[in-house]
Amino acid sequence: MMMGGRAFGTNSARRGHIDEEVFGSVYNQRVILRLLPYIWPFKKLVILATISMLVYTGTQTAVPWIIKIAIDEYITPGDFAGLTWIFGIFVAIAAVNWLTNFTQQFSMEKVGQGVLYNLRRNVFSHVQKHSVSFFDRMEVGRLMSRTQGDVGQLQEFSALVVMTLGELLGLIGIIVALLIMNFKLGLITLAVLPLLIITMIVWQPLARKAFMEIRRTISIVNGELNQNITGVRVVQAMNRQDRNLKNFDGLNTDHKSANLWASRMSSGLIPAVDILTAVAIGLAIFFGSQMVVGGELAEAGVLVAFILYIQRFFDPIRNLTMMYTQLQRSMASGSRIFDLLDWEPELVDAEDAVTLPEIRGEIELQDVSFSYVEGEDVIRNVSLHIEPGEVVAIVGPTGAGKTTLISLMSRFYDVEPHRGAVLVDGHDVRTVARGSLASQMSMVLQEPYLFSGTIRENIKYNHTEATDERMIESAIAVGAHDFIMELEDGYDTYLAERGANLSVGQRQLLSFARAIVADPKILILDEATANIDSYTELLIQIALTELLTDRTAVVIAHRLSTIRGADKIVVLNFGEVMEVGTHEELMAKDGLYAHLYHMNYAAREEPAAPTP
Amino acid sequence: MIEIARIIGIALNHKWRLIFAYISMLGALIAFVLVPPYLRRAVDGVAEMLETGVYSESVILTTVGIIIGLMVVRGILSYFQTYLGEALSQLVSYDIRNMLYDHVQHMSFGFHDRHHTGSLMSRAITDVENIRMFINMGLVRTPYFMILFVAVAAILFVKDWRLGLISASFMPVVMIYSAFIRLKMRNIWLIVQQKMAEMSNVLQENFTGVRVVKAFAAEPYEEAKFDARNKELVGYFIEAEKMRASSTAFMLFTFLLAMGLILFFGGRRVIDGSMTPGELAEFIFYLQMLQMPVRMAGWLVNSYARAASAGQRLFEILDTKSPVQEEENARVMERPRGRVRFENVTFSYDHTKRVLRSIDMEAEPGQVIALLGPPGSGKTSIVNLIPRFYDVTGGRITVDGRDIRNMTLKSLRENIGIVQQDVFLFSTSIRENIAYGNADVSQEQIERAAKIAQMHDFIESLPDGYDTEIVERGANLSGGQRQRMSIARAVLLDPPILILDDSTSSVDARTEELIRRAMESVMAGRTTFVIAHRLSTVHNADSIIVMRDGQIAERGTHDELVQIRGGLYREIYDLQLKPQEDVMREIESPIPIAGN
Repeated sequence: MMMGGRAFGTNSARRGHIDEEVFGSVYNQRVILRLLPYIWPFKKLVILATISMLVYTGTQTAVPWIIKIAIDEYITPGDFAGLTWIFGIFVAIAAVNWLTNFTQQFSMEKVGQGVLYNLRRNVFSHVQKHSVSFFDRMEVGRLMSRTQGDVGQLQEFSALVVMTLGELLGLIGIIVALLIMNFKLGLITLAVLPLLIITMIVWQPLARKAFMEIRRTISIVNGELNQNITGVRVVQAMNRQDRNLKNFDGLNTDHKSANLWASRMSSGLIPAVDILTAVAIGLAIFFGSQMVVGGELAEAGVLVAFILYIQRFFDPIRNLTMMYTQLQRSMASGSRIFDLLDWEPELVDAEDAVTLPEIRGEIELQDVSFSYVEGEDVIRNVSLHIEPGEVVAIVGPTGAGKTTLISLMSRFYDVEPHRGAVLVDGHDVRTVARGSLASQMSMVLQEPYLFSGTIRENIKYNHTEATDERMIESAIAVGAHDFIMELEDGYDTYLAERGANLSVGQRQLLSFARAIVADPKILILDEATANIDSYTELLIQIALTELLTDRTAVVIAHRLSTIRGADKIVVLNFGEVMEVGTHEELMAKDGLYAHLYHMNYAAREEPAAPTP
Repeated sequence: MIEIARIIGIALNHKWRLIFAYISMLGALIAFVLVPPYLRRAVDGVAEMLETGVYSESVILTTVGIIIGLMVVRGILSYFQTYLGEALSQLVSYDIRNMLYDHVQHMSFGFHDRHHTGSLMSRAITDVENIRMFINMGLVRTPYFMILFVAVAAILFVKDWRLGLISASFMPVVMIYSAFIRLKMRNIWLIVQQKMAEMSNVLQENFTGVRVVKAFAAEPYEEAKFDARNKELVGYFIEAEKMRASSTAFMLFTFLLAMGLILFFGGRRVIDGSMTPGELAEFIFYLQMLQMPVRMAGWLVNSYARAASAGQRLFEILDTKSPVQEEENARVMERPRGRVRFENVTFSYDHTKRVLRSIDMEAEPGQVIALLGPPGSGKTSIVNLIPRFYDVTGGRITVDGRDIRNMTLKSLRENIGIVQQDVFLFSTSIRENIAYGNADVSQEQIERAAKIAQMHDFIESLPDGYDTEIVERGANLSGGQRQRMSIARAVLLDPPILILDDSTSSVDARTEELIRRAMESVMAGRTTFVIAHRLSTVHNADSIIVMRDGQIAERGTHDELVQIRGGLYREIYDLQLKPQEDVMREIESPIPIAGN
């Protein structure tokens, strides 16, 4: 598969693995080429930014030069009028500097934000196109780090490229100015450059290592802290505070040491740069005066300009080394983002896909086989006919393929050609527009899933056009209205963290209401019995009766009342349909269903006598 | 303000580092401001040479030597200043992190009910980082920049008060301006952060709830939702960047303007002979030195403001006293026999709404008390009071006749075992998880506990056995297995008092049976309070307490209570307990069939 690096899951972080692929190469042609179409719509702004940057660098480089001219041409000879004139030019240059400085920064930022906006939108809508199987394979954490972390990293990238170019131009400007002003003295002064570059080459990998160590240790520290807060009830119940603090202190100390080491590294650069600056200035003064004696240098202003240039010389180089690491990370992020964008969705509508008219709700499975992994069939030659309005219960042991079967009906996955077909009202689902099918089907999952937002938004999910009357009717029908009204803000109550402020049962009732608002012809549900207290379960039972009227319903059933009430019971085992019929028919048949039924109740002995 | 003082207080724990940082800073600063006069000497030397043609190598060499010497001193002292400042900031954040960790893990449940993990984590990450930056920037570098600024301004005034006025007068204006812009930008950044969080929430929910999105064919709806956030975010970003760009460009401009003015007026002075070219150059070099402090002014104000709000948020947590406090002369509880008494206990989470009212009950050593009642009737509150996760609001609870508030928290909790239905497991080995809270236990003891909890066979079947790592809070274990892990923990602890939550989950029939057996064996011989959901538990209890609205509605054995027609127990029994029989549970593995 294309996804390179390891997941960023908390677990891998805890064990201290840091994605080695955080750092890529500084230049990645593919990433640059793929970014170009995103930049293209902003080409005018890019041109404006480039011109501004060039002019800005020109003005920056011009300042010491003008000081030199002022000293040598006007001040030393005593030319008042000329000094006034050059002062005017200086002010004009400062003004141009102001204007171009702002323009280059702002226009480039606009380009960067525009690119990011489109990139984020494309990544999101690309991910939306994928079928459920994609999400089965990608952990949420990994997707989040692609769409947030990596895109965010690219955000720095645009600013970085501009800054890098600016620093490079500035550096080139200074070198050129030094050499033009006085070639020989320029060369002598620039002799410290190799020393500086060597220093940076030695320093850079050390700094990078230190930086990675900091990241590694802090993610462990935060992981431990997070775990301790989440598990605080256990920690206190088991009296682990002292041992935990000792353990945490160890991790915290590791992080501190990594930081101290890194500080030593980064501070070490300061004396190096200071000393090299001093040496360069010393060289300029010493050889400058030698050249005055030799008649090769006739102006004092050159020396002033040289010193001013040398003082500015080291900033670009230092900044460039800082940016090096950043650029590497951005390239790696860009590469991962484009990997994601290149991952073709598996389930796409055919080009000539038909839009389904209003359906009656007939479902037919014709000899369907399906596997997630090549060669391991989960569904084998299933043929099934469901009439409009029927309630069908699916029962079977764990792993029999029940969830897969309903997933195929809702077209979360496509059946491969030649491996059977799923028909709705006689249309092969692979030939219809998925949206037109899905909008007439609803699904209620075993684990109710709500979104952060108000109750109203959740019930009207994807059906914002629904009236409040319809919303309330639906809530009443499933028995959710009463508890909603008891909440402080009624239907406008905000559900924090996906409804954490509601019980699981209440969340399930809301997801039922949501399904009713959608008014589906076909309803598919995974009957929930987990994590719900018996009282709420009773409410849900009542809600179900309402939900199932006048709709075709396929239910993975656990409750005997649902199973008994079904028009048809489908018994699955090993991905095959073993039996179909009503409860009475199947019990009479004494097959697998009867076996399942007996196994359940045989395991349930009468409660033992009370222990004293 | 007070927050800043307290942060500095923490930094003073490492006062020698701070003092050495200041000493190096002063030294580096003195060396630095001494350099321009020698540059002047060099420039004037060259100018003189051009006029007179006299060359003195020794003068030039001394000048160069002194310049290099001063820069070396400055470089080395700057190293110490920077390193010590960084180190100090790291030590302070280390201290705060430890303080926070320990404080939070000692806070009682009432505190954790109010504070989400996310908000505590953001304090530990963002706020601690802001304080770290402040220590380095605000505490060590601010004085440096301030002294540098004052020193250079003073030198310029002394040398030539008119030129000094030109160079220094507009600097305060620029500083105030940049500080103002910074604070304004900070507000925008706070909004940006919030918008980012909103967007990340949309993403996260979309990915986690993908089945809902697909089932409703809601992709366009979701895209619109995302696009709105995306657009908004970009708008704020551009606004913030515009402000930043205009302020940096303006600051550079004012600085250049000052340099132009110095060149103009200074040039005139050189021409009328009251100043040497070297002195003019010296002025320009000093001016160059001022650029840094002026640029940093905005930064500093910002880091100060951030540290103040970060400190406020952090101290708010660190100053919160745990509602459950140990008495000063609390005694250590020896292993009790296990008689637990509630005497007229009332309880309220927030001192307004009473959750429990006049609860009187007693459990003899070894008895099983089942608590039953509709959701919100107070069952969980009762059991949380026994290990003092919360304190009673009125009345008292005694163990073996002694008020639990007179005991140390540690010794009290050591004598109480808790089994939860969905227990929290830590990301470490199975062995460590079972031994959790028990530093030195042998492998035999762990295995025995696992056997009693009906977990041993399963653990042995894993490739790494007891060394198997639990990932992400037990995601690789089923609900039933996690519950039995919790039972094993309690067995190992061997407490005289046990608290159980036996909520059913949809487990297969075999697991259900395993859990039932494990629970029965762990309950034997201990005073047990059990929040009952299973019929079997209720049958086994010595006494059933039926709760309603925070009060005991009925009590007795199953046989007694079921006789009361129209009683609450009878109602619950008919509605909740009996229908448990009505669930078709899944069989764990597919049923092999002949011919398959």
